[in-house]
Amino acid sequence: MLIHSINVVRKMSYVYKLCGIAFFSLMLLVFSNQVKAQDSTAGGAAAAPAGGGDAEKGKTLFTNNCAQCHAVTGEKVVGPGLKGIEERAPSRDWLHKWIRNSSAVIATGDAYANQVFNANGKVQMSSFPSLSDADIDGILAYIDQANKPAITASTAPTGTDSGGPTVANASASSGPSELFTFVLVALLIVMLLVLGVLLVIVTILSKAVSPVTTESVQTSSFGQRLKTGMSDAFNNSTLRSIVIVLFLLVATKETIDGAYSIGVQKGYAPKQPIAYSHKLHAGQYKIDCNYCHTGAQKGKSATIPAANICMNCHGVIKKESPEIQKIYAAIENNQPIEWIRVHNLPDLAYFNHAQHVNVGNVQCQTCHGEIEKMEVVEQRSSLTMGWCIDCHRRTEVNTKDNAYYDKFVAIHRKESKEPLKVANIGGLECSKCHY
Amino acid sequence: MENTSKRYWKGVEELRNDATFVKNANSEFANPDPSESSNDLNGLLGGSNTQRRDFLKVMGFGMAAVTLAACETPVHKAIPYINKPEFTFPSISDYYASTFSEGGDYAAVLVETREGRPIKVEGNQQSSISKGGTTARVQASVLSLYDIDKLKGPKRGDADIDWATADREIINQLNSVAGKNGAIRIITSTILSPTTKAVVADFVAKYPSARHITYDAYSVAGLIQANQSSFGKAVIPSYDFSKADTIVSINADFLGSWIAPIEFMSAYAKGRKIGAVGGGKKTMSRHYQFETGLSMTGSNADYRTAIKPSQEGLVVAALYNKVAAKLGGTSIGTSSVEVANLDKAASDLANSRGKALVISGSNDPNVQTVVNALNGLLGSYGTTIDINTPVNYRQGSDQQMNAFINEAKSGQVGAILFFGANPVYDHPRGAELAEALPKVALSVSFADRADETASLAKYITPAPHYLECWNDAEPKQGYYSLTQPAITNIYKTRQFQSSLLTWAGKPNDYQTYLKNYWEENLFTEDTGFSSFEKFWVQSLNIGVFEPNKDEAPTGGASFVGNVAAAGAAIAQRYKPTTGMELSLYESVGIGTGAMANNPFLQELPDPVSKACWDNYAALSQKTAHDMELAQNDMVTVSVNGKSIDLPVLVQPGQADNTVSVAIGYGREKGGKSANGVGKNAYPLATVADGFIMYTAFSAKVEKASGSHIIAQTQTHDTVMGRTAVLQESRLASYQKNPKAGRHEPKVQTSKGPTDATNITLWDGYGKPNHSWGMIIDLNSCIGCGTCVVACNAENNIQVVGRQEVINRREMHWMRIDRYYSSDAEAEDYSALEVASANPEVTFQPMLCQHCSNAPCETVCPVLATTHSTEGLNQMTYNRCVGTRYCANNCPYKVRRFNWFKYTDNDNFDYQYNNDLGKMSINPDVTVRSRGVIEKCSFCVQRIQEGKLTAKKERRRLAPDEVQTACSQSCPTNAITFGDMNNPESTISKVLMVEQQGRAFHVLEEINVRPQISYLTKIRNKDEEPSKEANKEVHA
Repeated sequence: MLIHSINVVRKMSYVYKLCGIAFFSLMLLVFSNQVKAQDSTAGGAAAAPAGGGDAEKGKTLFTNNCAQCHAVTGEKVVGPGLKGIEERAPSRDWLHKWIRNSSAVIATGDAYANQVFNANGKVQMSSFPSLSDADIDGILAYIDQANKPAITASTAPTGTDSGGPTVANASASSGPSELFTFVLVALLIVMLLVLGVLLVIVTILSKAVSPVTTESVQTSSFGQRLKTGMSDAFNNSTLRSIVIVLFLLVATKETIDGAYSIGVQKGYAPKQPIAYSHKLHAGQYKIDCNYCHTGAQKGKSATIPAANICMNCHGVIKKESPEIQKIYAAIENNQPIEWIRVHNLPDLAYFNHAQHVNVGNVQCQTCHGEIEKMEVVEQRSSLTMGWCIDCHRRTEVNTKDNAYYDKFVAIHRKESKEPLKVANIGGLECSKCHY
Repeated sequence: MENTSKRYWKGVEELRNDATFVKNANSEFANPDPSESSNDLNGLLGGSNTQRRDFLKVMGFGMAAVTLAACETPVHKAIPYINKPEFTFPSISDYYASTFSEGGDYAAVLVETREGRPIKVEGNQQSSISKGGTTARVQASVLSLYDIDKLKGPKRGDADIDWATADREIINQLNSVAGKNGAIRIITSTILSPTTKAVVADFVAKYPSARHITYDAYSVAGLIQANQSSFGKAVIPSYDFSKADTIVSINADFLGSWIAPIEFMSAYAKGRKIGAVGGGKKTMSRHYQFETGLSMTGSNADYRTAIKPSQEGLVVAALYNKVAAKLGGTSIGTSSVEVANLDKAASDLANSRGKALVISGSNDPNVQTVVNALNGLLGSYGTTIDINTPVNYRQGSDQQMNAFINEAKSGQVGAILFFGANPVYDHPRGAELAEALPKVALSVSFADRADETASLAKYITPAPHYLECWNDAEPKQGYYSLTQPAITNIYKTRQFQSSLLTWAGKPNDYQTYLKNYWEENLFTEDTGFSSFEKFWVQSLNIGVFEPNKDEAPTGGASFVGNVAAAGAAIAQRYKPTTGMELSLYESVGIGTGAMANNPFLQELPDPVSKACWDNYAALSQKTAHDMELAQNDMVTVSVNGKSIDLPVLVQPGQADNTVSVAIGYGREKGGKSANGVGKNAYPLATVADGFIMYTAFSAKVEKASGSHIIAQTQTHDTVMGRTAVLQESRLASYQKNPKAGRHEPKVQTSKGPTDATNITLWDGYGKPNHSWGMIIDLNSCIGCGTCVVACNAENNIQVVGRQEVINRREMHWMRIDRYYSSDAEAEDYSALEVASANPEVTFQPMLCQHCSNAPCETVCPVLATTHSTEGLNQMTYNRCVGTRYCANNCPYKVRRFNWFKYTDNDNFDYQYNNDLGKMSINPDVTVRSRGVIEKCSFCVQRIQEGKLTAKKERRRLAPDEVQTACSQSCPTNAITFGDMNNPESTISKVLMVEQQGRAFHVLEEINVRPQISYLTKIRNKDEEPSKEANKEVHA
């Protein structure tokens, strides 16, 4: 008996070990995931302090004012590429005048100005009378810096600068579901192990209960022992019940999870009537999202740009492309382009872009994912109510310089030391979104 | 059967054991003839041939198909503009100033458009005439734009033709008529637009035999005639009810339908507002009403007397004589009349000389002449009446119209053009005209549908809705406003003006014509603009141009009429009768019936009777009892051999031995919502001395067979002494104690009685930022129902139709409860249910009270109704499972259940059953489906929008920045909405004062703490000491 019980104890410790391994691997999965998220945050943060001085300011100005038509490289967008602009232009002073009001320079009959004007299809460059000499110098410095080989290498991380934190955000938001799969798999493994262990226990216990058979069992081969063990286990009603209950539990859980995913179109990436690439426009050329999605700051709908917005650039660029010809056809036939809606909210939910983008200063990528890397737009977030609520619980209210929130901030400071979250100002209430 | 020894046979076949019988004995239903069913594809799905197996097959296939289809997520398209207008953004509303003018009714409006489609009409605050107020018809007008029953293009008879063909043929025929010097007649309702009149003049210049004839479906030609004889001016003067201390109205429903309710309502309410909402004023006007049926105006009167139509002239004459006796005028010889309150009215009028106003709704010029003389005696001209600033709301001439019908009958008319006119339906001699019309060589109607007149015309050249038009209006001399299109023409329609210009051989661009007209005629005034273009843009922007606004009323007018002759004529015509008398009236919602195909208006309950989707014969309680008639019994009402069958509605306050019937119903070709609703009462009007009389002194009312249930939204008439619901007092008591009439419930506790609000089970909710609330002033609310329609339009509220209203399933989020007083003693509960013969009436708008301790929230098993931190009681449709516990537990009964899906449902064929009608949907509000509860949301979409605007501009919300649809539309400003947490908002300022005065919560003792406060109703009546003392004892 004693030997048996020691045996049992030894076996039990084996079970503990197994459990330990399972939990360890589980924790590993969890942590590795977090580490991943932290890595990308750290990368983004590290890249931020690159550069400085005039060129830094120039970069902002360039992005806001010039990038729609010009590339810092030699490549032509609407206007010519700006690589080596200072060497080409007659003088820096000439550049100041040109950028502030190009048509005035052309009107003076300046030879180089007219040459540039004619070479670029006589498309007038926008005037920027508000830029000071120092601003323009900054822009030029940035162009210069961007084209220096040493710096070019470091512009790559700078490029992810704006995307960095949001990438982290995105992966964090997609994290739970990945994690969930891991947990599920791990749980299944643990369950199988437990099952195996139980089998062993039952075999041993059955031996203990009927000592007569002990000898024969001990002498019989492993295969036979397993066979007897299995059939014993199968005939054991307790064990059978446990297995059935476990099976039912897992099945129910799967059904519920399946039901929750009905109508969730995460990953939906339909083929659009025009093969428009966000990767090219938003990623490579860094055109500001608001340039095309004019409603995002103003109203409920971010709006898909009208054909006349496309024509701002494509009136000149890549006119021959068959995809762009489709826009021309739409305008000629007065037949609007029927895009396929990727992000669909049910009618019963009210979502307003201006509230989030303008007031809340939420980045587009927070909900739409790394749109600047998408060749075809894909729905990256689940867009379920749980997803909305989750974000409202986590997100701090952008109260800075917004007098509307002053009262909330004052009240909240009195009551709590935690930051003011959207949930604290009624962001979880039904009629914020349902009416 | 087993227990009996007898054998039964199904028939001889069974007894004989026929082969066919045996074959069929086992099948439940007899097999049809196989030759009929075998190749019949319909047999599978429809008709009696369907077999159970087929049914199961179809069902199985259907289920499989649905399951398969459900796997595929539907693809939604996102379609942007091709060329986006620079200042228009999808999902952001644009507002355009415009003008509603429909048969002389006028309102300056702002049209809210979304992605280029008008979805709502608001009042334009810039107008000093309508002052931002609207009426039910103005609010409902946006739905008429999307009326599916409208014509899609011009027609010749039943055939569709194009405009070029129509123009060519009509011009040819006009020329041939004009060539023979045949008469051309342009028949219109009142035209407010001076530019349109110029267009008509151009047309007449081209065809000199043409003449323009104006008539009004509800005529006030008698008043115009009387002013002609009294003052030498054939006009309607401006009335200012706000300046009158004593108002006496004889059969004029000036708040509901008479001349210009929109203008009169706000002025009247201004004189009736007291306390904090009236600027601290503690006096109010006193209003006497002498009338036949209980009108909305009569319901608001302090003293109301029921009179028979045959007494109308005598009452006016007696009033004149009594006032003349006090103020020194010559009396006129008419027989005396004994009606209540006449002496009192006369003495009040005499005492408030210079601040008095007498009006009459009669179309008898003699009566109006005496009224003019009376107003002259009282010094009303130059104070409450301004005859030097005439109004243009009604310009019809009964005599000209009569002459025209005679002409048409005798075949003297060569061509007729009808614009905004449907005389076959809405003129008492319509039937005669209908007979004459086919004989006329050329008849053209500009109606938007083949209505009763247009369907008889040779051509229909449809004119668009006013929201698709350019136009202007001059409702009052020197007050102009512009109509600009808010949407391009939906169908192939063309403006009346453009058509006339085309036929007159002129350039037909009416926009340019209008601009030129303004440049030539209005820019000459002192506009303060350097260029016409600037002036034009500014006028279009604000919608109105009012050069006369700052001019004070220019003196009075001296009465030069012959009051003695008028008196003699009255004595001749008005004599006591013994039989039944008839009075025809214009209902507040439907009006003259021109907009009868508007389901919002059909479902708007009458302010007083609360009946909708029907007109009826209103009889007094005594008359109905005497004639052994009950509600809903059919009666035949006949006058001069013309009769209609109507259901009876027992109306407290109706004069005995009289019957009142609303005009505007009984359309036959108005459209699917209008056709067959009620009966046409216009033929019962008579023409006397060339004027249409809307009364008849000898009518017959006989019981007819059958009954017809009248759909009423409120069937319990009295408040049964429940002071917790309705609190009212009289002016003298109020002046002594601002809390007069307040009921302050106390609850007994172990420590003695305490306020009901001190004891609670609930913890309450914090309202840190905003606390949205509302004040409803029962003194300002006149019961017109504008808010109800405004709420319908704003919140996509479904129309349910007559039968569902009878089933008490109307969906209105806002209702106006009307309570009659009862003469019974406070203990006699069954008698308390019966209204007085001439009851006092109180209107109480009732909507979700947004209780802070909401009983509905406590009982919802799925948390579909919850409370917000802004004091709102939120309703989440997608969470609601339809238990209706909340509706049962709501003490105010304001929750509505969707018994059906009312959209895309042929049983509810109203605005949401077609794509055109759905264009009126407010995109910010969910369209509710079957099985969920809905209720007033305090227009949460507007609150959210207002907050977002403030946030985007990085500022706090301004006081009163957010307005609900009801508060915005109210023509009397009875509803004040705002943030009770903002001390600067109007609601906070009023509550600060009135919490110690008139403010009360309905059912305060149940301590649900509503966000809505009501202000007590104060009547300007003398105290009745004996009864008051009695009341004190009972209390």
